[in-house]
Amino acid sequence: MLAPILTLSILGLLFGIGLALFFKIFQTKEDPRIAQILEFLPGANCGACGFAGCFGLAQAIAEGKASPTRCAPLGLEKQKKIAEMFGIKIEEKTRLVATLICNGGIKAEDKFVYQGIETCFSANLLHGGQKTCPYGCLGFGDCVKVCPFGAIYMDKEKKLPVIIEEKCTGCGLCIKTCPKKILTLRPADKKVYVMCNSIDKGALVNKYCKSGCIGCYKCEKVCPSEAIHVKNNLAVIDYEKCTNCGECVKVCPTKVIIQII
Amino acid sequence: MAQYLMIIISAVFINNFILSRFLGLCPFIGVSKETKPALSMGLAVTFVMTGASLITWLIYRFILIPYNLIYLRTITFILVIATFVQLVEIFIHKVSPGLFRAFGIYLPLITTNCAVLGVALLNSEMFFREREVLANSFSFSLLQGFFSGIGFTLAILLMSGIRERLEFAEVPQALKNIPIAFIVASLMSIAFLGFSGFKL
Repeated sequence: MLAPILTLSILGLLFGIGLALFFKIFQTKEDPRIAQILEFLPGANCGACGFAGCFGLAQAIAEGKASPTRCAPLGLEKQKKIAEMFGIKIEEKTRLVATLICNGGIKAEDKFVYQGIETCFSANLLHGGQKTCPYGCLGFGDCVKVCPFGAIYMDKEKKLPVIIEEKCTGCGLCIKTCPKKILTLRPADKKVYVMCNSIDKGALVNKYCKSGCIGCYKCEKVCPSEAIHVKNNLAVIDYEKCTNCGECVKVCPTKVIIQII
Repeated sequence: MAQYLMIIISAVFINNFILSRFLGLCPFIGVSKETKPALSMGLAVTFVMTGASLITWLIYRFILIPYNLIYLRTITFILVIATFVQLVEIFIHKVSPGLFRAFGIYLPLITTNCAVLGVALLNSEMFFREREVLANSFSFSLLQGFFSGIGFTLAILLMSGIRERLEFAEVPQALKNIPIAFIVASLMSIAFLGFSGFKL
């Protein structure tokens, strides 16, 4: 009866002591605050902060090399909480969301049938993709695949990605991924935006896309706060002046200026 | 000499722990997405297997058999394995924190890895007859422990290579990631069945 109990206890004790000695030699000293910060961080390892994953950023914050604002997905409240932990003050920033600036999809014509690997990246390598419009969305959804927060889905009927603004954290990963660079960041409280980025002349745009900005200046004339201007045949909104009035949306002949309700 | 060769070939190919015995599948699926962590995982398991084979043989031979405690085999072996895994964990945490995070939960899970316990139990069954110690059983045990680990490394390395290429394949949505990995694993296992005809 005693033998098994003794054997196991002694063995356990020996191993325990061995481990303790080993741990003394190979001890790792880690800042306990890193784990605390890591709890706040979203853990999606999106890399938008410029560090290798959330752990990298946590380490940099703990060492005082980076500000919590580097993590856009975190949101202001949590950023403040981390800043409080370290006694740093952070500036308030408005929330940014990703915005698609192309209304093409099925409305834009194809110049050939693309049958290669179904990613925007590879399609873009072949003569800039299958769309006649050199600026337009290719619709293979690289942005959908890269979004770590599930905030983008593909509208199968329109063949355009749709951004769910409540889920979007403004990390900017989709912007880096899009080979056509037709995603931008927009302040979340500004509800009006132009869904085109073609700088071709109006007549040309009309040929290849039913919903492109033709640079007709109607929006510029009607805007009460002089927030929208046509530059290079493309309407651009100055968000510092825009008041969300929606006048430009009403006059746009190609319905390319969108207002979210 | 032929016996040694037989143990080596058998441990690596014929009775490969993953592909023939179906032991130790959780790190095999969990850490085989990229080649580098997969190789490191294989080496970690090899180290634990060799160390565990060594210590468990000594304990079995000099403690459990003389004191009639063979029934304590499983729990004692687990104790040894747990210690070894802790050693590896502390070591990796110190030497390569990046690798430590890549392993995640699968590193402490080697503790309950059936392949490691499997090799220890197998040694105690193959190289001991009841309470009698067979000739060369110590070197056989060590060899079997080490080369079973090599077999594990081989399997997980092959798997990670295939899975890295699978990333670029058009896999149906429902089969993405783990399910397709299981299908690949079963196909590899069928390939390894070809070794079962070997007799040295």
